[in-house]
Amino acid sequence: MPHPDSYQDDTKLKFVRNECLMGLPRGSLLQTSMTDLLVADHIHKKYGKYTALNDLSIQVPKGSVFGLLGPNGAGKTTLIRIINQITMPDTGKVYLDGEALDQKHIINIGYMPEERGLYKSMKVGEQVIYLARLKGLTKAEAKERSAYWFNRLGMMDWWNKKIQELSKGQAQKVQFIVTVLHKPKLLIFDEPFSGFDPINATLIKDEILKLRDDGATILFSTHRMESVEQMCDHIALMHKSNKVLDGRLSDIKRAYRTNTFEVGIQTGDDSVQSLETLKKNVLESASDDWQLNAAQFKTINENDLKLQVKIPDGLSPNDLLGFLANKGTINHFVEVVPTANDIFIQTINAN
Amino acid sequence: MGSLALIIKREYKARVSNRSFIIMTFLSPLIVVGMIMLITYLTQLNQAGKQTIVVVDESGYFYKEFESTANIDYLDLSPQGLETAKDLVEENKYFGLLYIPENVKKNTSGVRFYGNEAPGISTIEGIEEQIETKLTNEKLLDRGVDLDLIDASETQISITIEDFAGERTSKISNWIKAGFGGGAGYLLMMFIIIYGNMVMRSVIEEKTNRIIEVIISSVKPFKLMMGKIMGTTLAGITQFMIWLLIGGGLLTFLSLYLGLEGGAPNAAVGNMATTDLDKIELILLDVLNLPLLKLACFFLIYFIGGYFLYSSIYAAIGAAVDSETDTQQFMLPIIMPLMLAIYVGFFAVIENPDGSIATIFSMIPLTSPIVMLMRIPFGVPWWQLALSVSILIATFLFTVWFGSKIYRVGILMYGKKPTYKEILKWMKY
Repeated sequence: MPHPDSYQDDTKLKFVRNECLMGLPRGSLLQTSMTDLLVADHIHKKYGKYTALNDLSIQVPKGSVFGLLGPNGAGKTTLIRIINQITMPDTGKVYLDGEALDQKHIINIGYMPEERGLYKSMKVGEQVIYLARLKGLTKAEAKERSAYWFNRLGMMDWWNKKIQELSKGQAQKVQFIVTVLHKPKLLIFDEPFSGFDPINATLIKDEILKLRDDGATILFSTHRMESVEQMCDHIALMHKSNKVLDGRLSDIKRAYRTNTFEVGIQTGDDSVQSLETLKKNVLESASDDWQLNAAQFKTINENDLKLQVKIPDGLSPNDLLGFLANKGTINHFVEVVPTANDIFIQTINAN
Repeated sequence: MGSLALIIKREYKARVSNRSFIIMTFLSPLIVVGMIMLITYLTQLNQAGKQTIVVVDESGYFYKEFESTANIDYLDLSPQGLETAKDLVEENKYFGLLYIPENVKKNTSGVRFYGNEAPGISTIEGIEEQIETKLTNEKLLDRGVDLDLIDASETQISITIEDFAGERTSKISNWIKAGFGGGAGYLLMMFIIIYGNMVMRSVIEEKTNRIIEVIISSVKPFKLMMGKIMGTTLAGITQFMIWLLIGGGLLTFLSLYLGLEGGAPNAAVGNMATTDLDKIELILLDVLNLPLLKLACFFLIYFIGGYFLYSSIYAAIGAAVDSETDTQQFMLPIIMPLMLAIYVGFFAVIENPDGSIATIFSMIPLTSPIVMLMRIPFGVPWWQLALSVSILIATFLFTVWFGSKIYRVGILMYGKKPTYKEILKWMKY
């Protein structure tokens, strides 16, 4: 039987991996002490009798990736349009970098709407420069920066093509460049990955994260939970014009954790026990406090005993490990962290 | 460069480089000139077949009286008698037979024209006139009147109209004024319809392209709308200029070409009309006497005011709908006042430029640009001009505000076919 210490190392490793999955950014500790780039303060917005936003406040920390989540019709797009000064709030104020939002901030914001669109019969290069100049860049700046981006994304030979000659994915890349070209402090993406194939979605995701590393703050609205897991540090969950949940994603996950672990114990060739005897052994010797259930995760060994264990209050994962240590070779020990998807569904249903 | 200038430039370029715009620009004058040529050609073709009219004159007054013209040959078959002549006409497929009975001097109702086809009005009138003159002269001679004396005493009069400031004008000048005014009004209407539609289509295009949200996150919708209207206006002016140049060139060429053919009759006309030279001079004087500077200034004011007024409504309509087919229901409020203005202009203003109908319609802002433009050549009191322009400017500001409000909400609305009621609700957003 292997030395118990090796399990400990194994589990630690898995914990680290898990933390990465949760999307904790590098240097996340620093960010808490930073000020907020964008603050929406008690925003109300009504369309006729319909309330689109009800007393909504969010704070987007500088340098973070902020996910604005919610089902369709929750008010995400209205909020984004207010931040973009496309619509005005009835009451409440938006602050960018401490200043009340104003016409001059247009250059500080880059916005990629969910409904993508470009002038179909206009040439790609001309169009990018036109839109950049509307944001306030000079012609020379716009040219230089678009050349940089076109080279970077390998799009240089599209320059003189018309948008209607490009594929949908290609047009989306042009749209992305239009959004980021003027180096805005705040980047707003509404469903950024819809319409991209997996390769380009990854490419754009990496570019967005790189922009974040370079100092930009990202606000993105989505109902695709896997991209939330991968990218967001902070989230706000909206439902029926109200904010129902917000905060740092890891904090939220911690609040929603149930102290449940997935456990895999090896059987088969190099093990002395068969799956059945092991299962019997574990189930019989476990105290009634442990809630044991069959688990569904995948491992390389088909015959592993897979269990989901909810540790009762007052006990720690180490107690569970201690209990399992003499049962067999533990090759899987992972905390079941609630996914953003779980939290999303759970919160929306609760409201 | 400000964002407004950028938008104007882009809109202008987009309009001008549009393929159908280019085709229309160069094809329209060709089509118009081609139509003129075709009509000219067809009229000539129509006249080319020379008609022979057989004359049977039993009275004997009209022997050799009917002179053959370019289109009609008169063939005197009086000696053969009516019945034989009729047969001959049938046989030779002549155009018709003119029968003048013996007692025509006493009873003119016996004159007949026989033919398978009815002759043209001008042909009949020509024949009637010739018979009338001849018979009148004959009757005068019978009563012993000296025809030379009558010729000598014949008098023509053309009243010179003069206002109290001593400015002279003639009766023709009213027609010149009507021509100028009507031309200006009609031009404005065409401009509004053609380029207003272009503004509307361009708004719809932005909406269906879904680029609108990107643009208005950079510029105010109002600026975008104004830029669009101005850019399209400039494109329209360019198109008009090209039309004028091409059309003018082609017409000059054409008139030179036709002028060679029509040279001979022109010379004849010139001979008999030496006295008309004075008249032509007077007409020229009348044109110069028109308040040309005032006309040009007010043309500009009403043109811009009227055009912007309407195109902001066009832009708002474009913003409210999803596709061009949905625009029909909103077209009535635009087309109706335009048509009304044109009809009021052509019927009321030209008949009585200072009448109450003309005055009222030159105050109502939706019709004032066209109606007032038609009235100005006839002279309009300053207070009326000032009032009309002020109302126009006020309404123009209102519609641009109103239009941009609808525009602002409408461009972000997709998939809804809006009703008037719903659009009014947008005002509160």
